[in-house]
Amino acid sequence: MLGVCYLSGMSGTNSDTAGSGLTDADIRKVAKLSRLAIDDAQVGAVRAQLSSILGHIAKLQALPTEGVEPMAHPMKIVNRLGADEPKACMPVEELLKNAPAVEDRFLAVPKVLGDGGGA
Amino acid sequence: MSSTGSPLPTLVAANPKPLAGICADVRAGRVTARSRVDAFLARIAAHDGEIHAFNEVHADAARAMADAVDASVKAGRDPGPLAGAVIAIKDNIVMREGKTTCSSKMLANYRSPFDATVIERLRAAGAIFIGKTNLDEFAMGSSTENSAFGATRNPWDTARVPGGSSGGSAAAVAAGFCDASLGSDTGGSIRQPAALCGCVGFKPTYGRVSRYGLVAFGSSLDQIGPFAHSVADAALVYDAIVGRDELDSTSADAECAPLAAKVAEPLAKLRIGVPREYRTNANAPGVAAVLDRAIAAAKALGAEIVDVDLPLTDIGISTYYVIAPAEASSNLARYDGIRYGHRAKLAPGEDLEDLYSKSRAEGFGPEVRRRIMLGTYVLSSGYYDAYYKRALQARRLIKQEFDRAFETCDVVLGPTSPVAAFTFGGKKDPLSMYLCDVYTVNTNIAGIPGISFNGGFAEEDGKRLPVGLQLQAPAFAEETLLRAAAMLEKACVG
Repeated sequence: MLGVCYLSGMSGTNSDTAGSGLTDADIRKVAKLSRLAIDDAQVGAVRAQLSSILGHIAKLQALPTEGVEPMAHPMKIVNRLGADEPKACMPVEELLKNAPAVEDRFLAVPKVLGDGGGA
Repeated sequence: MSSTGSPLPTLVAANPKPLAGICADVRAGRVTARSRVDAFLARIAAHDGEIHAFNEVHADAARAMADAVDASVKAGRDPGPLAGAVIAIKDNIVMREGKTTCSSKMLANYRSPFDATVIERLRAAGAIFIGKTNLDEFAMGSSTENSAFGATRNPWDTARVPGGSSGGSAAAVAAGFCDASLGSDTGGSIRQPAALCGCVGFKPTYGRVSRYGLVAFGSSLDQIGPFAHSVADAALVYDAIVGRDELDSTSADAECAPLAAKVAEPLAKLRIGVPREYRTNANAPGVAAVLDRAIAAAKALGAEIVDVDLPLTDIGISTYYVIAPAEASSNLARYDGIRYGHRAKLAPGEDLEDLYSKSRAEGFGPEVRRRIMLGTYVLSSGYYDAYYKRALQARRLIKQEFDRAFETCDVVLGPTSPVAAFTFGGKKDPLSMYLCDVYTVNTNIAGIPGISFNGGFAEEDGKRLPVGLQLQAPAFAEETLLRAAAMLEKACVG
């Protein structure tokens, strides 16, 4: 479905590549980059779905794009500058109402640095 | 929802009088906003159990807003051009009332501390908010089947989807639960559900309406727009929300004179382009027949029908399903279980990285996870040039193709969707669902405006289903677009 050259950077050791260029290892790597935990049981189904979608998207490879400038955005806008004036902020208490875990006036998170670390 | 001939299904509202007239009645004290809100709430109570257009109905807040409008009228003040207009809001647009969930477990309990700019503007115009409408999770889908809180059903046939992602907003208008609603359109999410529910759905030019307070999906594609019973009603709501906003640096500076009063003026020498690529075997027979009748009706009105070519129509889906997931994978990175949204419980020994990936895996549904992974993949090292850069090049070519087409015509006409409303579970394979967006994604890719209106009906399995037609116009040509749509709307279904 896809040109091999586009997949070489991500082919893993898993040999289960029938019908697509994507391997189970590719799916695990993309899930990791996406910060999405994935069960072993889900990997095959996700691989099949992404392969099918990428197979369709592969149509793009046949489009002649030599010399075409990429268009990231429909509007021609240059940087807009606002007046550098202080404005009222939203109250911290308001913002913390949506936080899943709070200690005092701070967001609580698991320890970030290893044992003995922390600031 | 004009309908000549056959009786309407119970769940479909008859076409009301024009919203501008209703608001004038409220301003003049001939009708109270409160009585209008109560009537809508009664209809919602009677029928939304079957439809599930709403994630949340704000009955008390709506009554309070209505009372404030009525008090204002009594005191001799003008509540604004939308005085007493009852509007439902897609649940990915933030407002102080209630929750903003994006129909996701991730934001199931999220309460916004601020109003979106469109909400502020509608409030200032005298509008009343009746509740938040269901959508495909984070606006990703074409049927509302991806909502974490259950699908919305189509008022024309509850065995069928209302379209998506703004299916709740479309169904709410079609079922007569509100005068109008707001949706968001990233690749057709306003126009396609409007088509499937038989109402009007309007996506303005990119940048016309502030995105401040719209939960971001594809930032270079997203645009807020109205659903309404008619083109004129949609224009009235659009007039209230359009215009530059310093809180959205991509909002346009372009002139935005009010259009509602102008839409009924027919265009004298309208040139309607009909692309060959919009008249293929992909269209269901009932959809093709509605388009043919609309072309004949347009000719009868004196419009010139022009053959145009949009050969890249077909490449739009591939382009869109690279760009939109790429932008989504970046936008949705903010849902990490730290500042707001779902946070997973950690097992002993698990760390911050586990917190991110478990919270996201638990909070997002399958389609959102799929698009984040697809977006991450196309942006990852080694694939960027092959997918993302190439899609951006295709984007420019698609834009140029529209520019060329608009040299010979004022608007482009075609079906909004190749099919009428399909049954639940009818498009289980994600790709088959994506392919339904063939006529709508390129509008967003090029950043131009598009509108869907009811062009007629098709019979399927003994059911009479609305068929939407779409008009597209050059960027910022909303006046031409809406006037042409009003002409055709009238010509097609009276």
